Amino acid sequence: MTVETKLALTEQDVRSYSVAKQEPNWFAEYRIRALGAAENLPMPTPDKTKIDKWNFTDFPVHSVESATFSSLAELPEEVKAIVTEGQQSVYIQRNNTPAFIQVSDELTSKGVIFTDIQTAIRDHENLVKKYFMTNGVKVDEHKLTSLNAALLNGGVFVYVPKNVVLEEPLQAVFMLDDAQTSLFNHTIVVADTNSSVTYVENYLSTVENATGIVNIISEVFAEDNASVTYGAVDVLDKGITTYVNRRGVANRNSRIEWALGLMNDGDTISENVTHLVGDASYGDTKTVVVGRGKQKQNFTTKVIHWGKHSEGYILKHGVMKDEASSIFNGIGKIEHGATKANAEQESRVLMLNEKARGDANPILLIDEDDVTAGHAASVGRVDPLQLYYLMSRGISKQNAERLVIHGFLAPVVSILPIEGVKKQLTEVIERKVR
Amino acid sequence: MSTLVIQDLHVAIDGKEILKGVNLTINTNEIHAIMGPNGTGKSTLASAIMGHPKYEVTSGSVHLDGEDVLEMEVDERAQAGLFLAMQYPSEITGVTNADFLRSAINARREEGDEISIMKFIRDLDKKMEFLEMDQDMAQRYLNEGFSGGEKKRNEILQMMMIQPKFAVLDEIDSGLDIDALKVVSNGINEMRGEGFGCLIITHYQRLLNYITPDHVHVMMQGKVVKSGGPELAHKLEAQGYDWIKDELGIEDETVGQEA
Repeated sequence: MTVETKLALTEQDVRSYSVAKQEPNWFAEYRIRALGAAENLPMPTPDKTKIDKWNFTDFPVHSVESATFSSLAELPEEVKAIVTEGQQSVYIQRNNTPAFIQVSDELTSKGVIFTDIQTAIRDHENLVKKYFMTNGVKVDEHKLTSLNAALLNGGVFVYVPKNVVLEEPLQAVFMLDDAQTSLFNHTIVVADTNSSVTYVENYLSTVENATGIVNIISEVFAEDNASVTYGAVDVLDKGITTYVNRRGVANRNSRIEWALGLMNDGDTISENVTHLVGDASYGDTKTVVVGRGKQKQNFTTKVIHWGKHSEGYILKHGVMKDEASSIFNGIGKIEHGATKANAEQESRVLMLNEKARGDANPILLIDEDDVTAGHAASVGRVDPLQLYYLMSRGISKQNAERLVIHGFLAPVVSILPIEGVKKQLTEVIERKVR
Repeated sequence: MSTLVIQDLHVAIDGKEILKGVNLTINTNEIHAIMGPNGTGKSTLASAIMGHPKYEVTSGSVHLDGEDVLEMEVDERAQAGLFLAMQYPSEITGVTNADFLRSAINARREEGDEISIMKFIRDLDKKMEFLEMDQDMAQRYLNEGFSGGEKKRNEILQMMMIQPKFAVLDEIDSGLDIDALKVVSNGINEMRGEGFGCLIITHYQRLLNYITPDHVHVMMQGKVVKSGGPELAHKLEAQGYDWIKDELGIEDETVGQEA
């Protein structure tokens, strides 16, 4: 069955937008094809969450023009707080406008590309053509992937050349300070052979009563012997329904490590898939979430093993309060031929209220004999014996609970490589669980 | 001087009565030892004093300097000066030992008057060294992956950092080798003195080779059946418990079976 959806933008709208952004012709055509496909493609079908009444397609305006910042000092306080002093390479997108970029001398001298996606489409055509929706996310997977391409209006492009090992993390902040903003963000991070990069992004609403929608696709490529550490903290407003798809492709002997703090206040579908294509590739996904209010969320984390000796780890910890409900799907898939692969996963959900709901669904799909795999899942309340132990040292019940919850969410907080982002995530957790 | 008074304490777990009228008075500057075979209610007494959620006090009272302890929440009991070194301390992932201890100390101080980080670290380093603990244990998650001996030392470390008026040590010696036993005993002896009272619960006399108690009590069938001085512990070491059972006409010392 296909659902006919009248799309908010026509082919002509998309073409004009592409012209205004001075995009090359191939990309305009790409958008048009994707728009055509979007009309007939079905919606994604996240396991155990019905999204047919969710709004992913209706939004007030496609693009909001915002003023840029001439220095980091001009950033609003909330944003300034997450850009740690001394952070050398940082990109700020304000609503749909590339508002500030600072690239360190090291990056420039080593030939690293760190720029907004639309500049990359213009200036680095060959690289974009090679990686944009080719080997990671496919444009025609479903309606939302094709809409992302058709209506693309933001995102970042990172390319680290062969043999370049970057110590300093790259930081991107996507701030929404206009209630009408919608995002169709597309981010690509490429670590070429023998290179290494750490990229950290924030999605941050600084206005309330937002009326837009958010559609994010990130594609991450670790070529042979490369390493990508990808941190993200999403804090989008209650009014925003989000579809976020972060996908990685790890080649031979490469590593992709995700640290995701998914703290949106609105309904969210998050999909995080890592393809361990190469032999001895390594994928590690750590996700923490807090749900509150009447929020509905679905977090699907999947690691697919193709390579021999590939190792995949999934850790998901969620805290649900009020009447929030979440589905945690963890899937470890080992394809035929991926001998000696190891797929491990752990999903744990803490429920703080009677009416909160969290379901952990650990799934192992194994098509090869000579492998190891394991999973652990639990859903429950804060352990009364842990509270007793902490309280027996004089800590109040409220603080004891706080400690346990922060501890429970620490696996992601503790490994985020940017101090400001770490602090922000801690504060967001504090605010959400209070 | 502070006083902890336990009067006719009856405690049940899952509806089954374990303590059947315990009477005990402990002053600061005193060390008491409670001995007794397995299953006689010793650990239940410790848990009931601290307020373990599974233990139900059915009658009797516990007072600390006249204040009704049983009316207090667990954290209030700790704030009032009670401490329990637990037999099976919880493991709490993601919370470092240092953060936890600092929270415990700051819980006793007014907001705005938190202990300075430097002072805290100095104090912690000193006490960890005293207990021959690896410095990295401060940054490890609370009890997570700690060996049995490390957990016991960590309990004593907490006691030394918090400086309670009364500490109940529930089988702090179990599973310790002789070197660890000496270290733990040193920690307890370091606390000994004005302003500190201690109730040591143990099966074995050997801990009392390092800590000389002022009073020794024997528990059987959920009650204190005999009290004496340090010589009582020596007699138990030499002769076991049977002479007490004979003396009191007790056949089964445990609380497991009803008469």
